[in-house]
Amino acid sequence: MAMTDASLTFSDLTLGYGSHPAVHHLSGPVGRGSLTAVVGPNGSGKSTLMKGIVGIIKPMAGAVKTAPGQRLAYLPQQSEIDRSFPARVVDLVGLGLWPKRGLLGRYDSQDREDLRHALDAVGLAGFEHRPIDTLSGGQLQRALFARVLVQKADLILLDEPFNAIDAKTTADLIALIRHWHGERRTVLVVVHDLELVREHFPETLVLARRAIAWGRTDEVMRPDILARARRFDEAWHDDAPWCAGHGPQAGHDHAGARSAPVAAAAERGRSA
Amino acid sequence: MIELLVTPFVEFAFMRRALLGVVLLSMSSCPVGVFLMLRRMSLAGDAMAHAILPGAATGFLLFGLAIVPMTIGGLIAGVLVALGAGAVSRLTVQKEDASMAAFYLISLAVGVLIVSLRGSSVDLMHVLFGSVLALNDEALTLIAGISIATLAALLLLWRGLIAECLDPLFLRSVSGIGPLVHFVFLGLVVLNLVGGFQALGTLLSVGLMMLPAAAARFWTARVDTMCLLAVAIGIASSTAGLLLSYHFTLPSGPAIILSAGLVYFVSILFGARGIVRVLLTRHRHRTA
Repeated sequence: MAMTDASLTFSDLTLGYGSHPAVHHLSGPVGRGSLTAVVGPNGSGKSTLMKGIVGIIKPMAGAVKTAPGQRLAYLPQQSEIDRSFPARVVDLVGLGLWPKRGLLGRYDSQDREDLRHALDAVGLAGFEHRPIDTLSGGQLQRALFARVLVQKADLILLDEPFNAIDAKTTADLIALIRHWHGERRTVLVVVHDLELVREHFPETLVLARRAIAWGRTDEVMRPDILARARRFDEAWHDDAPWCAGHGPQAGHDHAGARSAPVAAAAERGRSA
Repeated sequence: MIELLVTPFVEFAFMRRALLGVVLLSMSSCPVGVFLMLRRMSLAGDAMAHAILPGAATGFLLFGLAIVPMTIGGLIAGVLVALGAGAVSRLTVQKEDASMAAFYLISLAVGVLIVSLRGSSVDLMHVLFGSVLALNDEALTLIAGISIATLAALLLLWRGLIAECLDPLFLRSVSGIGPLVHFVFLGLVVLNLVGGFQALGTLLSVGLMMLPAAAARFWTARVDTMCLLAVAIGIASSTAGLLLSYHFTLPSGPAIILSAGLVYFVSILFGARGIVRVLLTRHRHRTA
């Protein structure tokens, strides 16, 4: 196994709430420098997977292994940003310097240059001193992308970054994501717009609690696979049987997760 | 005029001590109040002020009206309540407002019970409302220590506090320092309330913390400026309160807090972001 080429490895990862799994026995590597769309119906565990990778939710079983020394940037679906807090755009974007400067490090001229450059890149030049409570939804999202830029992360997780974002802004943000991909950063994006996925994302993970399929987008985005994901029952059942084993060899049905595209992906992972 | 403002402090040592005490207190508790307000925890200060009562009362019960045991007791009770409420909110589904309310109400009842075991209602009044005109060396040293420690902690944790207020989820994704920042901050709240209670009492010390902060919010949209402004308002209202108390023989604690209250009302009306300004500029706009 070419483990050195994995930015992220799921091994039998189960994440959930209470006793109910939201992500069930997910296994596989996310290649370094890959750009992956995570798709699936509401409640299929996409956001939970993101939180699991960040470490906000601890696994019920299995593990996520991130390659050592990687910086991670995470843009949540529902941010907890306090828009009424008296901060300017540059303060918000400046939080992205935390991994570099920490609690006490001084910002130098290079940092200020980076901030200016990041705001430029997302089309917010001149917005430095605007209070954040005067930004529109799209402008705020651009600012948050600028913060991700400033973080200079190796592994970037974006949870539904295009929600309620207009076409122009979406196109700009997609261009940024492709730029990151070009710089060999690993990017995982939760997306609902399947057209966007087909057009811009080389790899796709179809999630419906378990992995329905995972591999090259053109192989994965087939009508039969997507139909299977749509049939997914998102309800929790209090009378559902307990999941017996926690090892990958456990005796319950993993057929879906071991479908052909996954095998193909694993094959590519080995050959890469 | 100058005589009215300066003479009381020149002539009487107790006035000078009182002034030094409240100035030191303003320097640390006003910035703490700004962060409490920005974190929408304005009422948490009030809750914590109630929460330190049983500790202070225990000190009072065991050692009489002595500053050090009452302070240490108050500190312990406050930290217990802050930790308990914070832990419940971080480890269970309950939010901090509910857990804080539960803990401080229990704590307050315990405190009243302890005070009633011994003291008369005069003693209770002293614990609740303080006596800024009777600050001794011990009390002043304590307040100075608290003030310096608070300012140092605020400067060290500044960036963390801003991040934890502005985007706590982001802070969690890049650093594990969030909970530490939160608990140290709650500790600072307790510390400053305890420092204030000898001068202003457990109930009014929260007034010096919150009112200048609430007033400063109407003047600026920058956190650092807001903290400095809150300190200035705190010092000005403390001085004004002491003078009013001297010239009109009013109780000093309420005089100080009401002075801050006056600044608050003036700020609501005439602040840079106050009502009058908003009304005046409402119909004027630029083309872009």
